[in-house]
Amino acid sequence: MSALGHYLEEEGIATVAISLVREHTEAMKPPRALWVPFVLGRPFGIPNDAQFQRRVLLAALRLLEKPSGPVLEDFTEEAPAPTGDDAEAFVCPVSFAPTVAEGNVAAKFQREIAELSTWHELTMNRRGRTTATLSGLSIAEAAKFVSELSENDAIASYRKDLDILPAVRLVCHDIRAYYLESVAAQPGAKAAAEAEEWFWTKTAAGKTMFRLRQTCNASKNEALQRFGLRAVPTRFTPA
Amino acid sequence: MVRLADLSETERKGMLGRIKELSGFNGAGAWITPPRLSDCRVAIVTTAGIHRHGDVPFTEGPAQADYRVIPGNTPAADITMSHNSINYDRTGFQQDINVVFPIDRLRELAAEKVIGGVADYHYSFMGALPAKALEPRGRALAGLLKKDKVDAVILTPV
Repeated sequence: MSALGHYLEEEGIATVAISLVREHTEAMKPPRALWVPFVLGRPFGIPNDAQFQRRVLLAALRLLEKPSGPVLEDFTEEAPAPTGDDAEAFVCPVSFAPTVAEGNVAAKFQREIAELSTWHELTMNRRGRTTATLSGLSIAEAAKFVSELSENDAIASYRKDLDILPAVRLVCHDIRAYYLESVAAQPGAKAAAEAEEWFWTKTAAGKTMFRLRQTCNASKNEALQRFGLRAVPTRFTPA
Repeated sequence: MVRLADLSETERKGMLGRIKELSGFNGAGAWITPPRLSDCRVAIVTTAGIHRHGDVPFTEGPAQADYRVIPGNTPAADITMSHNSINYDRTGFQQDINVVFPIDRLRELAAEKVIGGVADYHYSFMGALPAKALEPRGRALAGLLKKDKVDAVILTPV
């Protein structure tokens, strides 16, 4: 982010950057930057709070009025704590029925997707959008592909125009987005973190992702090895 | 709220490890003085790896280091995210694109004449690359921004 500030400024465009990792911004010294104390992924603090987002944006834009730089200022207002329903502890809205044989992770994965479908549709209708559409597959098809790949690193991509690495990245993105959109009743940051933990540690989808990571790490296919390095968030993997 | 101290040890090491890649910028770079804010036409350039549905995702190959164009009138429902990193929250963006891409807030500031205007086009890169990888297309972008009469850019990470 900070590098783009240098490049654009050298080409004649004034810039101001939002900084989420102060240490990186201190190292790169972009012309103007506003460090914000928010979770990674939320540079303007919290979703659906126009007034809060506006304060962050204005504080950044005001740095364009500084006479000289580099400028690195702090936005000290914390993102508001979740209130009302958002403040409740995360509760998964489905109770996955134990109707498939223990150990049959692929079948459990498909069952989870079916059980979440109503919730996903509700979220999609409320928001008017979904981000679980990158691969072009249905989520059930995406899950089938990931389940098969997690057991056999030699299977081909599901699309002729897509190599295996982008193919697997896109389906994994779609699956995670589908689950998190399904269980999201506008969670705040805390609930969001809990939803992530649920996805990675409590679902057959998460279990399949860990299995996929293992398969990719052991694969002779370099593309899959590269995927394996980023298959699971680092906070859920050993140091 | 997350600061480095709040991250897991693995995440913190990863973040601090990247500082080595970020050398070569000494703060003595160019400084452009824009018009006063109320006259500034502003564009968003993000490294959040967002793009319109149907655009080439930021998954692999040379297209990773290129930008995607987001016309200012693109409905939120048409914007998605294919950033390669999985180590950050995406649920905020799933709820409200403005938490990453504050296009509605920018329009409001323009309507109130706090800023001079909003660009017709905005741009998105994918940030999980070495900083230098973005240089060619980043510099090329300046020409497009000038054609759009942009005075200043708000750079947003994810």
